[in-house]
Amino acid sequence: MTLDLPAETPTGRVVPGTPGAVLEVRGLTVSFPSESGTVTAVRGVSFALSPGEVLGIVGESGSGKSVSSLAVMGLLPSTARISGSIRFQGKELLGLGDREFSELRGEGMSMVFQDPLSALTPVYTVGDQIAEAVRIHRDVGKDEAKRKAVELLELVGIPNAKERSRAFPHEFSGGMRQRVMIAMAIANDPDVIIADEPTTALDVTVQAQILEVLGTAQEATGAAIVMITHDLGVIAGFADRVMVMYAGRPVETGTVDDIFYRPRMPYTLGLLGSLPRLDRAERQPLTPVDGNPPSLVDLPPGCPFAPRCPMRLSVCLELEPDLDPVRSGDTPGPGLHPGHRAACHRHREIEEQGLTATDVFPAQLAGEPPVARRPRESRTAVLDVEGLVRRFPLTRGAVFRRTVGTVHAVDGITFDIREGETLALVGESGCGKTTTINEILTLARPQEGRVAVLGRETTGLDRGGRREIRRDLSVVFQDPMASLDPRLPVADILAEGLKTYGVPREKRAARVRELLRLVGLGPEHASRYPAEFSGGQRQRICIARALALEPKLVVLDEPVSALDVSIRAGVINLLEQLREKLSLSYLFVAHDLSVVRHIANRVAVMYLGRIVEIGDVNKVFETPAHPYTQALLSAIPLPDPRKERERRRVVLEGDLPSPADPPSGCRFRTRCPLFATLAPDKAQRCIDEEPAVASQGPDHGAACHYAEVKTVL
Amino acid sequence: MLKFLLRRFANYLVLVALATTMGYFLAATSLNARANYEGRNPRPSQTSIDAKLNELNLNNHTPVVKRFTRWAGDFVRGDMGKTFDERPVWGEMKQRMGVSLRLLLLGSLFGAALGVAMGVIGAVKQYSFTDHFTTAWAFVLLSTPVFLLAVLLKFGAVKYWNAHVPDSVHLYYVGEKNPGLTGTSFVLLRDRIAHLILPTLGIVLGQVAFYSRYQRNSFLDVMGSDFLRTAQAKGLRRRTALIKHGLRTALIPMATFFAYSFGLLLTGATFTEKIFGWHGMGEWFIDSIAKNDINVVAAVIVFSAVLILIAGLIADLLYAALDPRVRIR
Amino acid sequence: MEVLREAEVLDPDHETGEIISRGRLVWRRFLRRKSAVAGGVILIALFVVAFAGPHLTRWQYLDQDLSNALQGPSGNHWFGTTQIGQDVFARTMRGLQKSLVIGLLTAFFSTGTAAVVGASAGYFGGWVDRVLMWIVDLLLVLPSFLIIAILSPQFRGKTWLLFVVLLAAFSWMITARIVRGLTLSLREREFIQAARFMGVPSRTIIFRHLLPNMSSFLIIDATLNVGGAILAESGLSFFGFGVQPPDVSLGTLIADGTPSFLTYPWLFLFAGGLLIVAVLAVNVMGDGLRDALDPNSSAVKARTRTK
Repeated sequence: MTLDLPAETPTGRVVPGTPGAVLEVRGLTVSFPSESGTVTAVRGVSFALSPGEVLGIVGESGSGKSVSSLAVMGLLPSTARISGSIRFQGKELLGLGDREFSELRGEGMSMVFQDPLSALTPVYTVGDQIAEAVRIHRDVGKDEAKRKAVELLELVGIPNAKERSRAFPHEFSGGMRQRVMIAMAIANDPDVIIADEPTTALDVTVQAQILEVLGTAQEATGAAIVMITHDLGVIAGFADRVMVMYAGRPVETGTVDDIFYRPRMPYTLGLLGSLPRLDRAERQPLTPVDGNPPSLVDLPPGCPFAPRCPMRLSVCLELEPDLDPVRSGDTPGPGLHPGHRAACHRHREIEEQGLTATDVFPAQLAGEPPVARRPRESRTAVLDVEGLVRRFPLTRGAVFRRTVGTVHAVDGITFDIREGETLALVGESGCGKTTTINEILTLARPQEGRVAVLGRETTGLDRGGRREIRRDLSVVFQDPMASLDPRLPVADILAEGLKTYGVPREKRAARVRELLRLVGLGPEHASRYPAEFSGGQRQRICIARALALEPKLVVLDEPVSALDVSIRAGVINLLEQLREKLSLSYLFVAHDLSVVRHIANRVAVMYLGRIVEIGDVNKVFETPAHPYTQALLSAIPLPDPRKERERRRVVLEGDLPSPADPPSGCRFRTRCPLFATLAPDKAQRCIDEEPAVASQGPDHGAACHYAEVKTVL
Repeated sequence: MLKFLLRRFANYLVLVALATTMGYFLAATSLNARANYEGRNPRPSQTSIDAKLNELNLNNHTPVVKRFTRWAGDFVRGDMGKTFDERPVWGEMKQRMGVSLRLLLLGSLFGAALGVAMGVIGAVKQYSFTDHFTTAWAFVLLSTPVFLLAVLLKFGAVKYWNAHVPDSVHLYYVGEKNPGLTGTSFVLLRDRIAHLILPTLGIVLGQVAFYSRYQRNSFLDVMGSDFLRTAQAKGLRRRTALIKHGLRTALIPMATFFAYSFGLLLTGATFTEKIFGWHGMGEWFIDSIAKNDINVVAAVIVFSAVLILIAGLIADLLYAALDPRVRIR
Repeated sequence: MEVLREAEVLDPDHETGEIISRGRLVWRRFLRRKSAVAGGVILIALFVVAFAGPHLTRWQYLDQDLSNALQGPSGNHWFGTTQIGQDVFARTMRGLQKSLVIGLLTAFFSTGTAAVVGASAGYFGGWVDRVLMWIVDLLLVLPSFLIIAILSPQFRGKTWLLFVVLLAAFSWMITARIVRGLTLSLREREFIQAARFMGVPSRTIIFRHLLPNMSSFLIIDATLNVGGAILAESGLSFFGFGVQPPDVSLGTLIADGTPSFLTYPWLFLFAGGLLIVAVLAVNVMGDGLRDALDPNSSAVKARTRTK
């Protein structure tokens, strides 16, 4: 893992290759022409990879991490201007023609892309696509290649590989497609695999599976892996070394332990400090990093992070710091370990004083709303859901449409939310959480069961009744880009609800100003259009809109999952402050359990349309009783390398069964690790009888016949 | 699969029946067959006009619904009524259908094949001279109405081709063949082709332009797709990846366009037939509107509705053949 | 345009930088398309010529100069004269006027109808959707050319506006399908959902949120429909099913000129040339508008979604 490296060199200077490095990138710079000028997406990236090593590249969107990897693979569009040096096994790749490069791609270096649906050709079977990868570089016959494809599919854990190899990509789940991508990437025993956000589009339990498969793939091929991600948790458990990128440059690099336990660049500090921790019971203050990443067109001089950095000095605005060794003992020189380096003028201070995120960034921790101090039982319920059922007819085919079955999206769930309380509804995609909130928000009569908002049942509501309830019930969606009508100025967006409820014009204007102030924006923002705001600001506007009519209950549908890591903390803090100030109740829908632990009082875990475990957030997280909850919690990577190394994962087998045809009895039994160990007579009960939520102590219930507390964090 | 095709077919059949009904009602109320007789010199007596009109089921004094029931009843029995010249509509229709179908078949086959090829070339060589050149011509052709194109083709053939390229095939612009010509089958075929070139060009050019535009756009979309990048990451060269992975996928939307373009083609063929003196369904339609010949108009409506139905079915089948995602297992 | 797309994909945060207003950006992109700009300029020029032209010559389009019948272009009769001594220039200008106006009006009504029908079908779904789309399917089975030709005896001797109404009435269907497709995807977008959950009435949602958000497509479609309408108008008029004499359009002029196209080409060449130029200008401009307004979604995408 240690590597001999010459010193960091200024862009453009040719240095002799490092012996032993399988891939070496020096002073890589990539720019694109664009509408508003030249975008310099990568500004001097250097790293060297020794055989079998895993390098994690972390950064937010626009940090240049993906562009760098595409440049290495020679897959950038022809408009890109690339300079620097990329050496694969000592051979310079920059300037190679398409023919020479294509001989290397898939053979020496291969790549796993983020979105496995669009990355596979829809019109060929997966077997053919893998076989093609084999045949490009190996002189083998069709049958031989097909056999090899089946072997590869078995290696990446696809059951019935032979049969499944004849299926088309759309017949696979996301996780299965990503396995196919990995099979394709390792088809020719490459020396380097670049994985560009390979698990970002997947659920956590599937992510755990894929990371395991990647590990297997590495064992099988002995390849070095470049793992590109924005998720610090994934890196902590997977990488040997880490490079943090910001605005097209590495700003800190070192071993995982260096980065996670001794971060020396304020941006890294901020990133780590803004992560809510799944494994800590007492709520930690989150450190929001204010502002936004800079535009990569005409970047001003100085450190690109300086405008957002609380530690900036005047020199930071003038001179961009080099990536220097953190400890003076590590002075650069030929033949030295690259060590821990940070690009900050003040990294020595941080090192010497041992500064942490909370020292550098202002952190706040909001309290509970006053009403929440009363015991839960004495508070009124703002939302009461009992035995809610929602089924959809299942149709198939675009041209030849027909109904083939019924999807049991939500199948009898019961929960309530009391005043001033936050209930989190968690689960993976397809578990029915989105359907649940849609059922609540449409205020229509449920197919079965009942929904009562602020004590009023939705069954039998007329138009007027629904209108009244809508005032007290509002929603914030996941994607702030899609949530705001791009054609309306912010003032109109915020005033729309007020207008609908007949608030006079003058009052509307005043309320709009008030709302903007409430979410930390200024009145000058009222006349601007959504496109002029960053993601975090847009989500603040969405929150302001949700608050316009002074609701009692706000449904938050994954409100931070579309935001960059450094922006998230600010929005979470805002939501907590607002809850305290306005005595709001939240129904918080999320798949990110770390955020849930931070913000929620209670949590309900859903699986295939049913609630499998519900209760006080600390109880559920610390003493999970349902095997699914245990697996879910265990699948989440922690931003803590030491803990990650020690952790034993419960990795679930297979995919979510189809909600159109759920298993009999307990729905989780087909993937349940506990079920697999049960004696046949005991297991029969899981097959025959659907478990109901049974109490596991005060405010804690689980739907498992053999519920058994197990600590996984 | 067959079951769904049949269901789809039934749906189309209902549409055709309704469209025909609608067409019949429109024609029967809009066209006034009586005027034809009243305008004759000497003017026939009122009773003989009525008798004639009743015989042909064209009497506008009979309620439309009644006329339609009679027409539909006959139609189900395979009788499409009589023309003004008191010949059976079906008899003439058989001949004319052949003429039109020859033109339409050539038009759609050549049009789609050449158009797709040009679209792909344009997309692969985006912004090259070839691309600009084909794009410019596609635009000009799309902006030229078929009748004008037909007239210009005639004009060009007579003034330039036939006048200045004397040794080549003489291009004819009236009819399908020289009526008096005798000789070997080769001579006859050559004569046929010499008659065929201009009218076929008249509709193929527009179709080529149409398909090439859409294929170019569709291919450009595919060129930016992730799976093409994957194919390259596997080690395929860009050109191979484009052809093997790109083209196949970019063809999928063309199936839908086939259905759309067919209506256009049908209208185009009408002009072409009329202008080049081919005795097809389109020419028949135009002439019979002038003659207020309702039975013929109704027959043409049936013809075109059935053709559009067939085009729709073919498009569905093509779509399913090209795109595994819509197939049913 | 590809450059822009890539830059956006690779740098999704680029909008946080320098902010260019959408209008200016569109304008800038449009201006960069030389052919589109040329199309726009030519179109304006054609309008000016069509309406100012008749005042430049002393001949009215129905005047007969019998002493100069069937003469080629000359200083007196710029485009020559017809068999009965009518001035071809005056007639062509009159025809151009008519064709352009019919094209514009038809496109306006057709796209308008399509927008309302398509958006209603997509937004309300259920039986509204089924009924409306069924009507669309029905009308698509009969080519509009056939229907209008059949109906043509009805508007003989009546105003040409009736003809416009008919043209529009049978040309909105495909656009309506596309609009429906766009609506279906927009309907699921969160800002529409947010408005719905806030209790905003459906009509307001359609006219305030849905249609404005597909205005790019509607503008492009309307532009391209102008070309289509001119083509349809001239085609019908060519066979006598459209504009009725004594009034003229480019289609009737070409029809009148074709029988003697070999001997007296000026009778149809000017009208024909102007027709091609007008439609070409509209199409090229529409294409440029599409690139400027909607660089990421070509019509292909929109259309394939509709099926």
